[in-house]
Order: sequence, then C-alpha cells, then structure tokens
Amino acid sequence: MNTKVNLAGVELKNPVLTASGTFGSGMEFSRFVDLNKLGGVVTKGVSVTPWEGNPTPRIAETTGGMLNAIGLQNPGLDVFLQRDLPFLQKYDTKIIVNVCGHTPEEYMKAVERLSTSVADLLEINISCPNVKAGGITFGTDSKMVESITSELKKLTKKPIFMKLSPNVTDITEIAKAAEAGGADGISLINTLMGMKIDINRRTFALANKTGGLSGPAIKPVAVRMVYQVSKSVKLPIIGMGGIASAEDAIEFLMAGATAVSVGTANFHNPKVTEEIAAGIEEFMRAKSIKDINEIIGCVE
Amino acid sequence: MEYTKGIIVSVNEIGTGIFDMLVKCQGIADAAKPGQFVCIYSDDGAHLLPRPISICEAMNGYLRLVFRVAGFGTKELSGKTSGEEIKLLGPCGNGYPELAGDQITVVGGGIGIPPMLYLARKCSENGMKVTAVLGYRDSKTFLKEAFEAYADVIIATDDGSLGVKGTVVDAMKECNTFDKLVCACGPMPMLKGLSTYVEGKGGCALISLEERMACGIGACLGCIVKTKEVDEHSHVHNKRICTEGPVFDSKELDFNR
Ligand SMILES: Cc1cc2nc3c(=O)[nH]c(=O)nc-3n(C[C@H](O)[C@H](O)[C@H](O)COP(=O)(O)OP(=O)(O)OC[C@H]3O[C@@H](n4cnc5c(N)ncnc54)[C@H](O)[C@@H]3O)c2cc1C
Ligand SMILES: Cc1cc2nc3c(=O)[nH]c(=O)nc-3n(C[C@H](O)[C@H](O)[C@H](O)COP(=O)(O)O)c2cc1C
Ligand code: FES
Repeated sequence: MNTKVNLAGVELKNPVLTASGTFGSGMEFSRFVDLNKLGGVVTKGVSVTPWEGNPTPRIAETTGGMLNAIGLQNPGLDVFLQRDLPFLQKYDTKIIVNVCGHTPEEYMKAVERLSTSVADLLEINISCPNVKAGGITFGTDSKMVESITSELKKLTKKPIFMKLSPNVTDITEIAKAAEAGGADGISLINTLMGMKIDINRRTFALANKTGGLSGPAIKPVAVRMVYQVSKSVKLPIIGMGGIASAEDAIEFLMAGATAVSVGTANFHNPKVTEEIAAGIEEFMRAKSIKDINEIIGCVE
Repeated sequence: MEYTKGIIVSVNEIGTGIFDMLVKCQGIADAAKPGQFVCIYSDDGAHLLPRPISICEAMNGYLRLVFRVAGFGTKELSGKTSGEEIKLLGPCGNGYPELAGDQITVVGGGIGIPPMLYLARKCSENGMKVTAVLGYRDSKTFLKEAFEAYADVIIATDDGSLGVKGTVVDAMKECNTFDKLVCACGPMPMLKGLSTYVEGKGGCALISLEERMACGIGACLGCIVKTKEVDEHSHVHNKRICTEGPVFDSKELDFNR
C-alpha cells in the first residue's frame, strides 16, 4: 500500500499535515502525537520581526467551529530559526514553514532568510483576516497575488505554496494569479471572516470584533473551493478547512487535494492528526486501494 | 499532562447553579498540583473547545471539580451521572510553586474559591498557618466548611449578609490580617484590587487568571496575558495563561495594556 504523495517535489510519507497556527511548531503537541507519523508539520505563521498579535479575547466558540483573532503573534524569524526549526529537524517528517508579513518587503525578507534553512517547503499566508496590513489585503487582489508570488519565487529554490483566502468572489481567479506568478502549489482555505456578539455583555465576543471562522462548519465551503481550484490550475493543492476525521481528509483528496492540513480538530482531540493518518490507511485497506494517488482528484 | 478518560463518581449541587463533581482519574490526580486545571471536552460535536476547570482537590486517584453552570459545556457536565465517562486533558498549567514559610493567606472570590482549597490543604500540611479570605455574593456560601478544616476563614459578602460587607480586601483590612504571601483566584477586578493592595504593603500576590482557550497546551496563542517584560517563549509581551500560567506573580503582569 502506498500512502506517499508528492508536493511539488517534496515527498510526504502520507498526506496528513497540521494547519498553520493550530499546532505551534509541534513542540506542545509532540507529547500527544508522534510527529514521525505525519506527512509534515506546517508551523505557525512567522514574520521577520516579533509580532504582539491582537488583544484578548482572541477565541470564541461557535456552533461546529470557532472564531479566532490571534493576529499572527509570533516570536520572529531569529527565534524561529534557532529554536523551532532545530526541534522539528529531529523528526522524520517534512517541515513546511508558514510565512506572514505586513508588506511585500517583509515577506521577501522572510523568504530570503528561509531559503537557506532546513524548511522543505514554504507556505505564504496572504489570507489572514485578522491583521490590518498585509494578510488578506494581498490575498484578495489577483494582481497583487501574481506580483508577490513572482517576487518571492526569485528569492528561493524551495517550493512556494500560496495560501488563499476564501473571502473572495472567485477563488479560481486568485489561484490562477498565483500560478501565473510561478507558485509551486496552492494551500486553501484560510478562515472565513466572521463575527460573534456576546448578548449578555452587549459587545463583540472577540476584542478584534471580527475573527476567522474555522472547524467542521466551514468544511463544505472548503471542499467546494478545493475542487474548483483543482479544476482551474495545474498545481498541487494542500486542502484544509474543518477536517476532523480520516473520512473528511479523504473527501479533500477526492476533491483534488494532494495533501491535507488539520487545524481546529487538534483542539478537540490532541491526537487527531495521528488518528487521521492511521484512518486513511484503514480506509485504503477496506476499499483495496493500493496507492493513495488513485483517489486524488478522482471525482470529475 | 495526559489526554484521557475520567469516570464520574458523583455530582452534587452545592449552591445555586454550583456543582461539586468527583471524578476518578488516576493519572491526572496523581500528577496534579494546586492551581492547575483540567480541560474537559463536550460529548457534543458542535462544541469543540475544551472547558478549563480548576482542580479543587486531588487525592488518591480522584479529582474534585467545583464549577458554576455558565453555558452549554458546564450545563452538560452538571447533568452527568455516576459511572459516566468524560474526556479530559490535564493537569494543565503551571500551578502554585511548592510554598514554604510560616503563614499564607489564600483568597477566593466566587467561583475562584474552589481552586484555593487544594492549596490551603497543601500549605496546612506543610505546617503553614493558613488564613482563607472567601468572597461570596451573599450568605449562601459553598466550600466554607471544607476550608475551615485547614484555615482560619474570613468571609466577605457583596450584600453584607454574612461576614464583612464588601470586597475581600475590605475584609482583610477590617479583620486586620495580612501575610506577605497571598494567593488568589477570582474575577479580574478583585485580583487587580488585591494585587495593588498586597504589592503596596510589600507583599507578593500569586494570582490565577482566566482567558478563553482553544488548545489548553500552549500551541494556539489564544489565551495570552500582557506582561511587563518580554516573555522568554513568545519573545513579545505575552505569556500563555494555559502554560506559563494560570498562576502569575502580579508584579509580572501589565494590567494597563
Ligand atoms: C484556568 C481556568 C480555570 C477555571 N476554573 C473554573 C472552575 O474551577 N470552576 C468554574 O466554574 N469555572 C472555571 N473556569 C471558567 C470555565 O472555564 C467557564 O465557565 C466554562 O468554560 C464555560 O463553558 P460553558 O460551555 O458552560 O459556557 P459557554 O459560554 O457556552 O462557553 C463558550 C466558550 O467560551 C469559553 N468560556 C466561557 N466562559 C469562560 C471563562 N470564564 N473562562 C474561560 N473560558 C470561558 C468556554 O470554554 C467555551 O469555549 C475556569 C477558567 C479558566 C481559564
Ligand atoms: C487559532 C488559529 C490560528 C491560525 N493561525 C494561522 C496562521 O498563523 N497562518 C495561517 O496561514 N493560517 C492560520 N490559521 C488558519 C488555519 O491554518 C486553517 O487554514 C483554518 O483554520 C482552516 O482549517 P481548520 O478548519 O482545520 O482549522 C489559524 C487558525 C486558527 C484556528
Ligand atoms: S489555549 Fe492555546 S495557547 Fe493557551
């Protein structure tokens, strides 16, 4: 049975990854999950300098999901390179570094420095709904997506996956712009912008007022977008949005994703990523699927 | 810290909407320190996030959890019956350090009272003289007798129907009691007032904080509190309440940010 998949030249032992921002750099979860059993770890968004993030409350539960407005708090690239990457290097798993910035220059600086690191692949977050500058303002403008992608491609030989926002009218247009800019792959979806009101306090549940919706509630939207994008570009896709079981992951693979990232589900069950990897194998055995690649994009 | 199952032994309502639950959970109970908490998962797939609940007591493989019904998760928990299983993660957080010295004041306000019980017992067993200052809304107290086994108990009530009318700080002033070491859990305004008072008198306040949590283990950065100095882990002025906390020395914190 083959569970290996190939993401723009990076071979994963299985298609299960962690979703950026929900798994740190794997340290905390490593007491519950054998990271060697995962295809890779996608790290929390990192920027050139440390970011403080948003005020609290940063989290609100919603039916079948949650809102977050962390605001990309991170310790900055220096600490990340010295502390987090060496930790992940100890494991037999691929390292995918998620990058954020306020300006194109900040993304460029970060990618340039990461180009000589041990990262296997870079995922560029141009879709965070929780920061004022950068993030989503880049990811919703196809011209911007194309130009930023091509600038970043000049700076590194590592494969670059652009992480897209679902908060757009036509996701395929943005995906095509990333492809035109030379992206090696597409990650989707980031969170959907949402809001929750605390009716007892007559105010917003999040200090940031709006936040990003994630979890099972967004899964059908994510599956639809992965399918649409897989039909409109030739690039490999990391699919995510509400995956909480092996069955969910297989849906994304069938819709056209080569790999999947598991996010919010980690908060409900810290062992879930490893369980999903095992569950995919079980499904393959039960259905006599010899190679996982048979089912990738199998729905027409 | 482990992600495991616990078996409910008993659930009793000990105040209006306040429940006292005994859970058999050897691993967590054996490892638990005062001030730590557990994360409890709902059985309902639409409610994904764990509910953090402080460890009120841990003994012989059992956890005692005392909680107020505040919404879906705590309501569900209050309806559990003996023999049912719950999924939980713990012990989470730093907890109180091993405390030594002659005397200590433990302070609890409202649903911040339960976590101080385990601490009061430990300090009392370590030979410390313990004063417990407990703030309730009114004369409907809970856990008061439990504290009396380990501490001299001073009561403050909002309506003055029992003990001193006013805040826990009012009660400490009125009863003329002060220890250099004060450990507290309760609503933020109480903790702020108490910290200012204790620091003003040259004492040390170790306070236990609350925040909305998603992972409970330090990975999501949802539960931060602002600190005066740049934190060693985050490299910004944020500490994680679930990991570096929930117990902080009030002097570390920046209440104004
Ligand atoms: C470290 C820590 C220890 C705690 N210890 C206790 C305790 O011993 N006894 C007790 O009664 N309560 C305690 N709380 C508060 C308790 O976690 C909340 O009352 C509970 O999560 C409410 O869940 P719910 O589903 O009933 O309410 P809902 O309002 O339906 O909850 C919705 C979401 O908000 C979160 N939430 C709501 N209120 C709080 C809050 N005050 N703090 C953090 N998250 C909240 C929930 O976890 C859930 O994710 C503690 C909180 C923290 C952070
Ligand atoms: C708490 C939290 C933090 C996140 N942080 C990031 C981040 O730093 N960078 C990023 O690209 N996406 C971030 N995301 C988005 C996730 O990676 C993922 O795209 C989204 O949550 C959908 O997947 P899920 O439903 O499985 O969580 C975050 C999501 C959550 C819930
Ligand atoms: S709850 Fe996730 S870091 Fe504290």
